[in-house]
Amino acid sequence: MSGLRRQLFLIAAFGLLAGLVPLVDRDQYHIFVIILVLFNAYLGMAWNLLGGYAGQFSFGHAAFFGLGAYTSTVLLVRSDVSPWVGMWLGGLLALLFGLLIGLLSFRYRLRGPYFALATLAFAETARLVATNLDQILAEWAPSLGKITGGPTGILIPLRNDFGSMLSLQREPFYYTALGGVLLVMLLTACLEHVRLGYAFAAVRESEDVAQAVGIDVSRIKLIAMMLSAFLTALGGTFYAQLFQFIDPHIAVGVPVSISILLPAIVGGAGTLFGPLLGAALLVGISEETRRILQGLPGAAQLVYGLILVLVIIFLPGGLVSIPRRLRQLGRRLGKPSGRPTAIGRQEPA
Amino acid sequence: MTPTILGQALVSGLLIGGIYALVAAGLTLIFGVMKIVNFAQGNLLTLGMYASFWLFTLYGIDPYLSILIVGPLMFGVGFLMQKIAIEPVLGEPDHNQLLLTLGIGLLIQNGILALWGASFRNATLWYSNVIYLVGDVAISLPKVIAFVGALLMLGLLYLLLEKTDLGRAMRAAAEETEGSLLVGVNVRNIYALAFGIGAACAGVAGALILPFFYVSPDVGDLFILTAFIVVVLGGMGSMAGSLVGGLMVGIAESIGAVVMPGSMKQVLLFGIFILVLLLRPTGLFGSKA
Repeated sequence: MSGLRRQLFLIAAFGLLAGLVPLVDRDQYHIFVIILVLFNAYLGMAWNLLGGYAGQFSFGHAAFFGLGAYTSTVLLVRSDVSPWVGMWLGGLLALLFGLLIGLLSFRYRLRGPYFALATLAFAETARLVATNLDQILAEWAPSLGKITGGPTGILIPLRNDFGSMLSLQREPFYYTALGGVLLVMLLTACLEHVRLGYAFAAVRESEDVAQAVGIDVSRIKLIAMMLSAFLTALGGTFYAQLFQFIDPHIAVGVPVSISILLPAIVGGAGTLFGPLLGAALLVGISEETRRILQGLPGAAQLVYGLILVLVIIFLPGGLVSIPRRLRQLGRRLGKPSGRPTAIGRQEPA
Repeated sequence: MTPTILGQALVSGLLIGGIYALVAAGLTLIFGVMKIVNFAQGNLLTLGMYASFWLFTLYGIDPYLSILIVGPLMFGVGFLMQKIAIEPVLGEPDHNQLLLTLGIGLLIQNGILALWGASFRNATLWYSNVIYLVGDVAISLPKVIAFVGALLMLGLLYLLLEKTDLGRAMRAAAEETEGSLLVGVNVRNIYALAFGIGAACAGVAGALILPFFYVSPDVGDLFILTAFIVVVLGGMGSMAGSLVGGLMVGIAESIGAVVMPGSMKQVLLFGIFILVLLLRPTGLFGSKA
């Protein structure tokens, strides 16, 4: 358990340090940027459970994110239900949707690119439903009125009431995001050291071997899917409350699915700290680009594309693999160039 | 739904279906030969459209004529993409290659956005709005030309794959990578050629639709999802499948637009997509393997 103890220590240290930041630095912009890092890290970690640990590459997490964002927002705007309550319902709906997608795709053994495309199709269907639901309801059930707000989306009226997860200050959001990140990190760290986590890894490495040693592969994948979907939906609620606005594109569009998986991929999929490092790099660089190339459209996305391409080509293990890469490099440099062969050192003729 | 509306929907769907087939043919060639889902295919179409647009706007070159430049240009882009970026990661897991093409797509799309802005542009030619009436059904001239052009391009592709040594080498590399290495096929070059040809298909499709379609940095997004559906429907790696799949999707989409409200027509397509993925992931025309 020493591995777990070390991880728990690192998580606690990170939590303590990150918790102190707003007390020392009251600059609202700085706090906002760290909120973005934490929020993106959280989503990356949620995706990581399915995509990294269980090895099922989802390209449709926008569906879960959108379900979370829309459910709590509709409840808040229509019935004044606090998002602190609504988010659990959103999470539950996303969990069920994940179960449905999982049951269908795993039942028919969709793997690799086929699974990625299937999740993409489900997410796009969800986006179209969010866009058109009101129009359809107007025809079939006019008494329900407007629900998703169609293509124009929903605006959440701003007020200073953190009971409704709304605030004029940044600090409440900061500590909410930090809490979410710490909880998912704890969950992930524990998962790495229990039977279920081993089963995740087994399924990722080889489904056939996992099956052979008696693991119920479909069940493991479904658990990963539901867990990941549930956590992602909670992130959706947080997003809606932080920005007080959602529409089908920004809550359920393809770019959402991409930005959910990017932190994990860039930082290191299937690792505890990867998504956090990935989110820090991505948010940091995109904020810097925004600052330097003010007003140049597409600049931040351009940088995302560049980072993605560079990481996949040069650092397929993500940022967390840098120390290992450096050690390998050091070992290679440390060796004499006339490499000994199996028989003996070849002397130049 | 009156017969006229149905007829109109059938014709429009069929004509745009040819373009879908061409974009999907490039996608399916790349997947068939090296098992990579090219997420940048839509962005390559956008790039081809912009190339054709600027050739027309700056030098007055007709979009159809510009294919002679855009085709080879996009072939070069695809070839280099494979050689520089994708070749180093060929041994990596599937999703890394998928992500790489996605990253390149983001670079293309946002590079265009940064260079030329988000505004919609049009290339208006004398034949852009020429319409013939056949009975009650209106048939747009540029759409007919695009359809015929797409079919011609698909025919050329078919001849290349079936009747030339290069095509045979390509099919060999697709089916039996190590075997074809043993008999002296340079698989790496074959891959780059296949990627180049796939990209050229997207570029040519972009030039063909320019006379009747707007240009914007994200225009390719409209085609990439449809192309995925076509490819899955027709069977990943199947040329004939992409033609039949393209026409079917084009028709299903335009009939869906008549019977379903708003953008729900696409739900119909995604429904078909998911069903085919689940029930027959090798596609309607794909091999069982």
